[in-house]
Amino acid sequence: MTGGVRGEVLAAGPASRASHRDPLGAKIGMWLFLFTEIVLFGGLFILYSAYRARYPHEFHEGGQHLNWIIGVANTVILLTSSLTVALSVTAVRKGRQRRAMALLALTVLLAAGFLVNKYFEWGAEIRAGLYPNGPELAGRAPGEQLFFGLYFSMTGLHGLHVLGGIGVLLAMIGLLWRGRIRSDDFVLLENAGLYWHLVDVIWIFLLPLFYLSA
Amino acid sequence: MEAERGPVIEDRTFVGVWIVLLFLTLLLVVSGKLFHEALSVPALLTITPLKAGLVFYYFMHLKHEGPLLRTMVFVTLATLVVFIGLLFVDISYR
Repeated sequence: MTGGVRGEVLAAGPASRASHRDPLGAKIGMWLFLFTEIVLFGGLFILYSAYRARYPHEFHEGGQHLNWIIGVANTVILLTSSLTVALSVTAVRKGRQRRAMALLALTVLLAAGFLVNKYFEWGAEIRAGLYPNGPELAGRAPGEQLFFGLYFSMTGLHGLHVLGGIGVLLAMIGLLWRGRIRSDDFVLLENAGLYWHLVDVIWIFLLPLFYLSA
Repeated sequence: MEAERGPVIEDRTFVGVWIVLLFLTLLLVVSGKLFHEALSVPALLTITPLKAGLVFYYFMHLKHEGPLLRTMVFVTLATLVVFIGLLFVDISYR
């Protein structure tokens, strides 16, 4: 039985391999990867909660040094980028490749805007000496040092995910350009979108933890 | 095959969800910055998961997925919530 099926596949050759698609399997694989990301950031959220419960006043004080306006602006940017990615999937499914590419290019611009804001925000904090082992932070209470350690770790790790997302989105634009993503084969773009939406969800939780709870 | 792909979601649905998400963010900022902690903390704890839920349900298409994927996502998130709950039980009785 197995030998017969194998023989059929071999006899069918490259055309058979090219036509074999498993969108549900691809989507499940992507979700399994996303679960590892959820657990990774979930562990950091648990760490934050434990230390916040131990040093409530120091975390409150630390949060007052962050620029919440930039935090909210970046939230609006990421929510809008999630919209443009979702719209690009719809565009591909309707056979509108150029519109999909334009929406993905807009997403990349929004993601770059997010990182530029982060650069200015971190720059101001670093200039003020508010970084792990920095001159200003070293003289502060241990709870505040923990707050800024978690702040730089969690927003930094998230920023790396945004950077990775830009690479993935650019790859999707390339695949659309080459006709590898079409209205009848779009699971790659759908999975890239899932990744980008999760990056958005993580930021949705980072905003109140660091910027709004002070 | 077509069933695996799910329905094509119209632009206006996504735009509607995006507007709700922006409104909830505004609500979150107002409650976090203007209200007393007794009111702002419950607001943060309800609005934030609601926003994440909207992204999961609409943008990440969970609304249109089958029971297998929905169960997988639910079990993962429920496990995380249980561990966060256990943490607070541990902290409370130290």
